[in-house]
Amino acid sequence: MNVEALYQDIILDHYKHPRGRGLLAEASGESHQVNPTCGDEVTVQVSLGPEGGLVVGFEGQGCSISQASASVMSELVSGVPAARADAIRAEFLELMRGKGAVEPDEDVLGDAVAFAGVAKYPARIKCALLPWTALQDAQARAGIIADTQPDEGSISTQKEGRS
Amino acid sequence: MVESLDVARIRKDFPILERRVRGDHPLVYLDSAATSQKPTVVLDAERHFYETSNAGVHRGAHQLAEEATDAYEGARAEIASFVGAQPDDLVFTKNATEGLNLAAYAFSNSSALVAHAPERVDPRFVLRPGDSVVVTQMEHHANLVPWQEACAKTGATLRWIGLTDDGRLDLADLDRVIDSTTKAVAVVHQSNLLGTVNPVRLLMDRAHAVGAIGVVDACQSVPHMPVDVPSLGADLVAWSGHKMLGPTGIGVLWGSTDVLASMPPFLTGGSMIETVQMEHSTYAAPPKRFEAGTPMTAQAVGLAAAVRYLSDLGMHRVAEHEHALTGYALAALQALRGVRIIGPDTNHDRGSAVSFAVDGIHPHDVGQFLDDRGVAVRVGHHCAWPTCRRFDVPATTRLSTYVYNDESDIDQAIDGILAAQAFFGA
Repeated sequence: MNVEALYQDIILDHYKHPRGRGLLAEASGESHQVNPTCGDEVTVQVSLGPEGGLVVGFEGQGCSISQASASVMSELVSGVPAARADAIRAEFLELMRGKGAVEPDEDVLGDAVAFAGVAKYPARIKCALLPWTALQDAQARAGIIADTQPDEGSISTQKEGRS
Repeated sequence: MVESLDVARIRKDFPILERRVRGDHPLVYLDSAATSQKPTVVLDAERHFYETSNAGVHRGAHQLAEEATDAYEGARAEIASFVGAQPDDLVFTKNATEGLNLAAYAFSNSSALVAHAPERVDPRFVLRPGDSVVVTQMEHHANLVPWQEACAKTGATLRWIGLTDDGRLDLADLDRVIDSTTKAVAVVHQSNLLGTVNPVRLLMDRAHAVGAIGVVDACQSVPHMPVDVPSLGADLVAWSGHKMLGPTGIGVLWGSTDVLASMPPFLTGGSMIETVQMEHSTYAAPPKRFEAGTPMTAQAVGLAAAVRYLSDLGMHRVAEHEHALTGYALAALQALRGVRIIGPDTNHDRGSAVSFAVDGIHPHDVGQFLDDRGVAVRVGHHCAWPTCRRFDVPATTRLSTYVYNDESDIDQAIDGILAAQAFFGA
């Protein structure tokens, strides 16, 4: 694996043209996370939309991996219920901890599959996880927690339906 | 001439430099400010000690115990001689961070003891509300956070000397920052992030003029230039072994005889006592007072081998070699479009740690491109986060050289930066 395989076009595109970047006018929960080894920072805000989906805003500064990851995350979780956001985060976490041996599920992860190569660089995994950690913390602070019973939007239901 | 050291011959003494990394790239090690590599003589010295003389030091009535004690105290004498010091003024610590904490804790412990055991306290080490401790804005966290804590425990105020835009200390209002309230002045000799070499003698003289204790972090100077530690004019000077070809797990705190004798112990327990009763204890004279528990004997032996190796090379030649390499690196980086040196961009009063920012590319991404070619550099805030903030950068990329580097290593790094710029379109 070389460095070009790490920096997929999708990652560069999200880094240069971040989606959903910006803070919310009104947030129910906010979390500021830093990577103390390199100084990457990300702030994630969350509130609940009228349809029960997450409304997510973020700001940050840091490397391409951390900032692109925030952009991809904002696309993936905006408008989805908390249970589905949890499921996507769990899938992403599994990919990051898989040392490159986990085959990413594009149906769940969307553009986040491009981060598969990050798992082979231990120093960069924290960069990719930074916004997801912030989202989880912001949700907890806002009390936007998934019910223990998975609802129809959850991934476990979808997985069962896939051959 | 850069080649005043025979780098090709020196490289043969460092087995790790034969490593190939990230596929089949020869290792280009430009991260010696983080930790240096170790020559075979250092590894052999540690192994030889364990194979022939390993035993507890300063105790035991057998031959190996005598040999181990001789090896440990002999190492202290050799390392002292390397920096122009007396052996009994050298305290072995786990690392430089511990040495600097030892210094800061002399203040907070004295400040705590003064209420109940005033006879044990030298008033120079007592901090009270209204007193101040002075550091600089270019300190490694190891020479900043311990002083923040000492101030938090005692109510003293932390002050700092700011920086100029070219990465040097702003001494314009020195007499206002260090004043009659100042009890300690703790400064770095050579910045690990900016590379700046500071006028420590001037700062220590100013400290003494107001009756303050002077502390110097010499982690980046003692490995890279001839340093006669007592003539820095400080009271306490800390540095680490692993940045000067020695093993990890050993650092040195030098103190003037008088100041060490006035300091309460830091870590307590075995080895550092004189008498122990159930009610109270009395303590050994320095340096043993500050060396609680079983010491790092093999590491001391390894560090002594490292200073012998450096002495054989000649510290003046080491400094000259690095000065030339630093000039080469500064010129090569400044010739690149979109690259900004963070720190002095001229090669005077500056060491070989060269930090820079690349427009449009985060240091983590620069470092990744260099790593992809086998070039090892440090990226991040280098444990000097406030210094990064002063220069409005979240982090930097840092090249740092040592006796085993030459211009071709710098060239490899430059090629990697160009590749990153091409890839990111920056």
